Amino acid sequence: MSSQSNTLATNTNAAGTSGVEAAAPAKRRYRVVVDTPASKIAMAVMGLVVLLLFAAPAFVERAVLQDLILILLLIGLAQCWNLLAGYAGLISVGQQAFVGMGAYGLFYVVIMMGADPLLSVLISAVFVALLSIPVGLVVFRLQGAYFAVVTWVVAEVFRLVAAIWPALGGGTGTALPRNATTNMIGLDFAAEMFGVRSAAAREIVIYWGALAAVVMIVIVAYLILRSRLGLALSAIKDGEVAAESVGIDINRIKFIVYVFAAFGAGLIGALYFLQQARISPDAAFSVIDWTAYVIFIVVIGGLGTIEGPIIGAIVFVLLRSAFSAFGPWYLMFLGLLAIGMMLFAPKGLWGMFSSATNIQLFPTRKRLVAVDED
Amino acid sequence: MSLTNTIIQGVLLGGLYALYAAGLSLIFGVMRLVNLAHGDFIVLAAYVILALASAFVIPPFFAMLIALPFLFALGWAIQRVILNRTVEENLLVPLLVTFGLQIIIQNGLLQGFTADSRRLSLGGIETASISLGGISFGVMPLLTFVAAIAVIGGMSALFYMTAMGRMLRATSDNRTYAQIVGINPHKVFAIAMGLAFIVIAVAAFFMGARSNFDPSQGPARLLFAFEAVVIGGLGSLWGTLAGGIILGVSQAVGAAIHPQYQILAGHIVFLLIILFRPRGLFPKQ
Repeated sequence: MSSQSNTLATNTNAAGTSGVEAAAPAKRRYRVVVDTPASKIAMAVMGLVVLLLFAAPAFVERAVLQDLILILLLIGLAQCWNLLAGYAGLISVGQQAFVGMGAYGLFYVVIMMGADPLLSVLISAVFVALLSIPVGLVVFRLQGAYFAVVTWVVAEVFRLVAAIWPALGGGTGTALPRNATTNMIGLDFAAEMFGVRSAAAREIVIYWGALAAVVMIVIVAYLILRSRLGLALSAIKDGEVAAESVGIDINRIKFIVYVFAAFGAGLIGALYFLQQARISPDAAFSVIDWTAYVIFIVVIGGLGTIEGPIIGAIVFVLLRSAFSAFGPWYLMFLGLLAIGMMLFAPKGLWGMFSSATNIQLFPTRKRLVAVDED
Repeated sequence: MSLTNTIIQGVLLGGLYALYAAGLSLIFGVMRLVNLAHGDFIVLAAYVILALASAFVIPPFFAMLIALPFLFALGWAIQRVILNRTVEENLLVPLLVTFGLQIIIQNGLLQGFTADSRRLSLGGIETASISLGGISFGVMPLLTFVAAIAVIGGMSALFYMTAMGRMLRATSDNRTYAQIVGINPHKVFAIAMGLAFIVIAVAAFFMGARSNFDPSQGPARLLFAFEAVVIGGLGSLWGTLAGGIILGVSQAVGAAIHPQYQILAGHIVFLLIILFRPRGLFPKQ
């Protein structure tokens, strides 16, 4: 479908095969519409929320800011995983590979090349996207459930390589040098603007970086879903064979999504470990932190929606701050909750809300709406 | 001589991996389910054997024999109560549900047994070895290898020589036709998972007798099992043994170069094989 033909003129006869019922030969005009009234309001509200979040360092405490950073980064990761599993049918349990690579890439660029940390985040994410191309060529050899496990094997390979790589501390990991954490683009600006010391200013800059990254990921994901690519993705979701038969290059489209998700995960990984200022192979390539929790977030929030991961991440961080003191019991509860949701409410919180109210904040479906003559 | 020795140790290690893989292969073969909790089931079974052995002060081997019917029942129940709800669904549901089970088992074991590493103590046989033609074989690795052959041979016989095996194969080939001739797939799946748990118990016994284990080690076992199954060729039982051996030899050669390279070498050989032979070395037609 070409995006230019937003307005179609159809004659009932020309429209199709059931010319028998064509009573009125009058011309009707239709328009392809994606937005809904709710979504237009939501866009405006969301714009305001982003502005508010941007200004948040002025009026929230440091602990809240740290929670916000975590929520934002988890939204970004969950959105990437959602794009893979919810739209492209690629179930990966190995996204920790790209989170870890993004983190290690950042540390390498900062420590070995002495680049600015914030700039290094970007460099590292681009490097991860490039590296995901050869990785993708290997993992795409297997499909379905096998794809899932192979992505995990690949992540293990990178974890093991990081553990024997002496330059960045091997198995025990390493820390960012002090001058790297006190010298950063935007640091002086944040320090002056909010009148805070450099440690707090550093967190504010990273917070803005996380906000920018997440807004970018959500916007790109949404644009992808509204574009031709999104149309192809929903065709793939409905039936791969049928999609292929109308000329969709399934593998190419899945690959594009895979590389974008890797870029997003690399970006998030770099930002998270920039804030931590410490890295180790087990933390950077943790399947629990970067895949299990992220899957939980998407399942709770609602797979296959843009809204789901956002809601899921907020719910997850709230649950965590309320119950994480219970340790293993809390994690068992999370596992049970995820299984229960998957079996009995597979649409997740947002999916249930959306089908009950018919509200979509990020609509992607193209609908034909009749336009009156004149 | 040293290379021969390394390869022989690798082949014997492959027996252990084939034992891990046999249960996974059985579950996949019958219900097309890739069970991400498979490694955790093995670790769970090892803790069950450990707990029985220390509660009744009996050798772990007898503890395993006692555990068999209970583990069969556990597998049967997990399939009946949880996993049968996922078999009609798309790929995502069974994967995510078994991923959830993995987290529950790991944390449950952590709560019940702490993170300390444990071992099944057999009283000396672990370190015993016999010497043949200048190469020494560990008794335990040899027994593991024999057990792997016995388990896979037993599974083969069950599948191809018994009425139950016919039922399992029929359900695997075509669920709908199996139903037409009066088979209830859900019952068959539950039996298959029960059988898989018997294999898992045997694998757990040899794992626990040969190395330390702790609650976090399931995923590594899953990956080894999965690699052996895929290398051998999907759905091929004896291929699984071959896959285990290839993985074991790769790891042994890697470890001979440097101990840090053991696991890495296995993963890399696996990735190379799927790059060139994505259907494995001995795919079933």
